[in-house]
Amino acid sequence: MKNIKTINKKTYSDTTFAGCGECRSSCQSACKTSCTVANQQCENKKRLNKDNNK
Amino acid sequence: MLHTFEIGGEYLALDVNSGALHSFYKLAYDICKLLTPPLTKETPEILYNLEYDKNEVKLAYSELYSLYEQKLLFSPDFIVDLPKNSVIPIKALCLHVAHDCNMRCGYCFADAGEYCGKREIMAPEVGMKAIDFLIEHSAKIENLEVDFFGGEPLMAMDTVKAVTEYGKKRAAEAGKHINFTLTTNGALLDDETIEYLDREMFNLVLSVDGRKSVNDFMRRFPEGGSTYDKIMPQFKKLAEMRQQNGKSYYVRGTFTAKNLDFSSDVFHLADCGFEEISVEPVALENNHPLAIKEEMLPRIYKEYEKLAIELAKRKSSGDKINFFHFNVDLEAGPCVYKRVKGCGAGCEYLAVTPPGALFPCHQFAGMDNYKLGNIYDGFNDESAQLRKKFKSTNIYTKPECQNCFAKFFCGGGCVAASVKYEGGDMSKCYHIGCELERKRLECALYLQAKLAE
Ligand code: SF4
Ligand code: SF4
Ligand code: SF4
Repeated sequence: MKNIKTINKKTYSDTTFAGCGECRSSCQSACKTSCTVANQQCENKKRLNKDNNK
Repeated sequence: MLHTFEIGGEYLALDVNSGALHSFYKLAYDICKLLTPPLTKETPEILYNLEYDKNEVKLAYSELYSLYEQKLLFSPDFIVDLPKNSVIPIKALCLHVAHDCNMRCGYCFADAGEYCGKREIMAPEVGMKAIDFLIEHSAKIENLEVDFFGGEPLMAMDTVKAVTEYGKKRAAEAGKHINFTLTTNGALLDDETIEYLDREMFNLVLSVDGRKSVNDFMRRFPEGGSTYDKIMPQFKKLAEMRQQNGKSYYVRGTFTAKNLDFSSDVFHLADCGFEEISVEPVALENNHPLAIKEEMLPRIYKEYEKLAIELAKRKSSGDKINFFHFNVDLEAGPCVYKRVKGCGAGCEYLAVTPPGALFPCHQFAGMDNYKLGNIYDGFNDESAQLRKKFKSTNIYTKPECQNCFAKFFCGGGCVAASVKYEGGDMSKCYHIGCELERKRLECALYLQAKLAE
């Protein structure tokens, strides 16, 4: 495309809907380094990747 | 929903429902701002009023339309059904091992560690009982978290050690794993403690505000003397160890109305050799002399932009520096469920005070009307309703969140801040916090776009 560059190819809908609850909790208060959900990693996919590499 | 914004000469758009980020030439950006869905295949007549060449407009529109067809632009709303299970599993505990502190910081919400109560250290038995409570209530969750918090947790080192050892053992027996985190002001760090923490803690949070003058103005010893001079050599040692062995840590500072030029504090910490840095706005009642006030927002927005632009430069030239609030993974971020669910206070995350009382999170510790029970007798009668209320407070139920472009990144903000600063109403949003969250997200996205160049 000439006018537009899309930065990310994957979107939310690509991420498997899992909701397994294994990722870290994300507190936004300053005294806890203000995690938002966006700067958390998915533990589930890590595990899936590991399984794939076995 | 589409959010368009400009930073450092970049024209960007976040497609809220898909999470797609686009970088535009000015023409496409100008067009985009005039569009409302649903889009038609034909170029809308109104676009030819723009002062651009007709053929160029047509081409840009066709490109935008193709993104629309791929559901990467004005993508439709979706609703996530949150599970309605009656038992809410617990995965994280914040252990207030010391309601006492050896510093007296100007903005401390914990009231120099007193939490509106008396000074107290958690006995090792209480901490161990909390581990039992966590494991019993964790259902199928395997990765658990325990955060040693205070006051200053190094004042309760015996408890920290006993709980860590016991927690590791209990988790292994239950086929689970506990990640321990400790947040410290550094005053009691000696070589032995450093070695212990590096070995046992999954994550370490080291509190320092930045430049010596800024830090020492806010973070004080009751007896006087520079806290900066005392803690920095130890923090540097610890950070170096963590950087070498690839383990997680953060230096974290707080900015207040007194240092709105906080990007200088971030870069001061970077120049001291720290790679993982977090400096964040203080949250206080509006009439507090250190509070961030509405009229300071434009100044802070500029400061965040300045920080993002400089970080982009430094990172592009190979500097290892991460500003925590600009960390966002657009490709491998959390699932939608996690994005909707928010911080988990009162649900999967609880705080335990020195005598073993349970609260929705560390910010609620000591607020009697939010007490959920204790680790010996379990949840009290009021807890079921209260926990349900926490669970159902999210980006779908908070009116302001529904129309907020940051909702899938923010997850719905801090309930404690709403309760404390918005008149006790959980469903409201802490206005200043939201404004800053949105600005930080824009800056984080800008950084992603720059680093993708
Ligand atoms: S670990 Fe991943 S899939 Fe599981 S809840 Fe967290 S983000 Fe979702
Ligand atoms: S920034 Fe505020 S309004 Fe937006 S999602 Fe977060 S809490 Fe809700
Ligand atoms: S309510 Fe606020 S302080 Fe408590 S866990 Fe949630 S984000 Fe953190």
